Amino acid sequence: MAGNVDALYIFLLIVSGLMTALIFVTIVYFAARYRYRKGVPAEQIEGSTPLELTWTFIPLGVFMVIFAWSAVVYFKSRTPPRDSTEVYVVAKQWMWKLEHAEGQREINELHVPVGRDVKLIMTSQDVIHSFFVPAFRMKQDVLPGRYTVAWFRATKPGTYHLFCTQYCGTQHSGMIGSVIVMEPAQYEAWMSGGTGGPLSVAGEKIFAELGCATCHRTDTQGRGPNLQGVFGKPVLLEDGRTVTADENYVRESILEPGAKVVNGFKPVMPTFQGLVSEEQLNALVAYVKSLSTSGQSGVTANPAAIVPSQAPANPPSKGNQVH
Amino acid sequence: MATAMAQPVERENYLNKHYGVGSWLLTTDHKRIALLYLMSITFFFFIGGFFALLIRLELLTPTGDLVQADTYNKLFTMHGQVMVFFFLIPSIPAVLGNFLVPMMIGAKDLAFPRINLLSWYIYAIAGLLMLHCMITGGVDTGWTFYTPFSTAFSNTKVIEAGLAIFISGFSSILTGLNFIVTIHRMRAPGMTWSRLPLFIWAHYATSIIQILGTPVIAITLVLVVAERALHLGIFDPKLGGDPLLFQHLFWFYSHPAVYIMILPSMGVISEVISCFSRKRIFGYHFVALSSLAIAIFGFLVWAHHMFVAGISLYAALIFSILSYAVAVPSAVKVFNWTATLYKGSIHYDAPMLYAFGFLGLFTIGGLTGLFLAALGVDMHVHDTYFVIAHFHYIMVGGALMGYLGGMHFWWPKISGKLYPEGWARLAALIVFIGFNLTFFPQFILGYIGMPRRYYQYPPEFQVLNVLSTAGATVLGVGYLMPMIYFLWSMRYGKPAPDNPWNAAGLEWKTQSPPTTFNFEEEPVVTWEAYNYDEIDQAQKEVPQVVG
Repeated sequence: MAGNVDALYIFLLIVSGLMTALIFVTIVYFAARYRYRKGVPAEQIEGSTPLELTWTFIPLGVFMVIFAWSAVVYFKSRTPPRDSTEVYVVAKQWMWKLEHAEGQREINELHVPVGRDVKLIMTSQDVIHSFFVPAFRMKQDVLPGRYTVAWFRATKPGTYHLFCTQYCGTQHSGMIGSVIVMEPAQYEAWMSGGTGGPLSVAGEKIFAELGCATCHRTDTQGRGPNLQGVFGKPVLLEDGRTVTADENYVRESILEPGAKVVNGFKPVMPTFQGLVSEEQLNALVAYVKSLSTSGQSGVTANPAAIVPSQAPANPPSKGNQVH
Repeated sequence: MATAMAQPVERENYLNKHYGVGSWLLTTDHKRIALLYLMSITFFFFIGGFFALLIRLELLTPTGDLVQADTYNKLFTMHGQVMVFFFLIPSIPAVLGNFLVPMMIGAKDLAFPRINLLSWYIYAIAGLLMLHCMITGGVDTGWTFYTPFSTAFSNTKVIEAGLAIFISGFSSILTGLNFIVTIHRMRAPGMTWSRLPLFIWAHYATSIIQILGTPVIAITLVLVVAERALHLGIFDPKLGGDPLLFQHLFWFYSHPAVYIMILPSMGVISEVISCFSRKRIFGYHFVALSSLAIAIFGFLVWAHHMFVAGISLYAALIFSILSYAVAVPSAVKVFNWTATLYKGSIHYDAPMLYAFGFLGLFTIGGLTGLFLAALGVDMHVHDTYFVIAHFHYIMVGGALMGYLGGMHFWWPKISGKLYPEGWARLAALIVFIGFNLTFFPQFILGYIGMPRRYYQYPPEFQVLNVLSTAGATVLGVGYLMPMIYFLWSMRYGKPAPDNPWNAAGLEWKTQSPPTTFNFEEEPVVTWEAYNYDEIDQAQKEVPQVVG
């Protein structure tokens, strides 16, 4: 994305440079040419509607070009490609905790392979933070109580600044880290450095420990919906609305189960607010997600609850590039 | 001394009619209230400026070595709060507006003189509370009070600072209310809407924003206090609230608040450019109506402060396109001011130099606003020094240049004395150079990635920070100079004639300084605004009294 943002930025520099030059040169010229001279009175000019319309609509037209271009860049950067490598980010005063879907955990450092799309699923344990990697031209606020998502694709190995850009208290300027972009081979070596296994496996364990499987059974007899293949699909709710089962929906369903109950089920699930940490939540989300990607998809407890349509496919993106 | 003694006996005016502290503290004269405001906001300007100085000194080196991190966080917070709520928002309306609105429309006073005094007392109470808050510990939330940091995590005096700003809002509302009623009801015979000086149009538009916008920030601050003190869940997700709700409410006021600062300044610039070009302003109606357009559109763009905050993609698109819409009337104004110079007879007195400075800085500030409204670029530069540079170009480059230009333009009327023109031109030049040296490097700092509100920073950012700090010292000198020579001129300045600039406008048709009720008899207006052809015709040649 760095290339895209820079191209737009340069276009803006040119446009605003031309406008500045036009205005400054005109002012300086008029100021010199029409400076006070004894006996030469000012010539009164009322104004001119055609001129007013010209300098209303030409800038407006230029602005609309900038708007359209910038909207396209923004749209791409806000839409993570499918099959991105996922990293869960938990921000807190004043550190970044990062968990790879494969299970590696890091603090204030994020190792990623070059050339791969990386999707960040982020939340905060306390105040609002913001995940900013200037080299990737990418920034997203990280909020408590919900997930926000960002993505990038690094194109050049190296170490890049990671900054918190939302003021978060005493050590705000110390809440910095680095993104380390590695060649794939190096990255594989780093990955094999030993962990507790994939995040989804940890999530499965928590799922079992908390007794979730008692209701969320893998057949149609559970008191809660079967979770196989649900993630990423539209879900029909009791009240007739449809929501997409994304990270935020899973999160909300764990913490506030009564908020959006699936059609055909009763709001009987207790809340897990305060019983699970942000890290455990991430693991649970990763586990629910894994149920849709491990080939068991399509089987649902209550077929009526699932709107039979494919989730919209994201077009393959050109990717975030390090300049 | 010699000049003072050589003066003839002073005519009776609003300054010498009564003496004593009581005659000031109980006055209902809009001109005296304007001076009360002038003293109060100048006091806060230097406090805010002192904080800015400490911030720039701390940023001279990459490591935190001058003050503690917590102190630094308080410094930029209180710099913002003092400058925005206690200097910029009252600056032009409460000082120049208070002084000039009645005179420009041919009225004896504002519609509600006692409410006018009340508004100053409310401001003073708010200011004292803010001072108390700063002296006894201060606040560290950033001037933006973002939740849940402000409601659940900050250990500083959030409630006191919030209350101070809450109270100051009422003073702003009362001033706006007074202006609107005055402009509707108190115009002299013949002073039709299309004969109003553009300064009045600008204040009318500003007053609308003050009345409609300020209650929202008041409510928002009350909610912050309620959540912090009573743990009512409004913004904090742990209590079931929504932190983005706060940002929507906060910016619903605080974006239009930028126009409370800049619109009156635009009004000043229209007066000054017209006078020193000896011309009617080009496209009077377009300039007047663009003020109203800015006031209205200004209310519809608040979420452009939230493009990376977690709002939906489609909301971002809408707020981006509306932000471009609000840029158009500002551009129209700049084009009209430029066109006013065409075939003029241009004088380079200090007010005009400030107006040129305004045009330069506001143009850069406005155009960099296009970068921030561009979603794809904002993603990168949001919350970096690019934003800091942009809004200082608007709020200091724009609003403050207009304020200083206006202070010079009307100083002879306000004080009855002439300021030293040579020093004033030099100061205008120093302010312009110092300003650019301070803030232009910050655009580059932002694009290469330096986040705002950083106490320490990676060493590669140091060179630009040193430049910026160097510029700030120049800028500081530029701001001290007018303060010194204005004070000097009150005692030693030459007495000002009634109309030293041969300017149009009713305020110049009365004596300098004016009498308590402004005019000997109610003026009757039979001419259009900015009738410089008639004035210069009558004058035959234009004697430039000053400089």
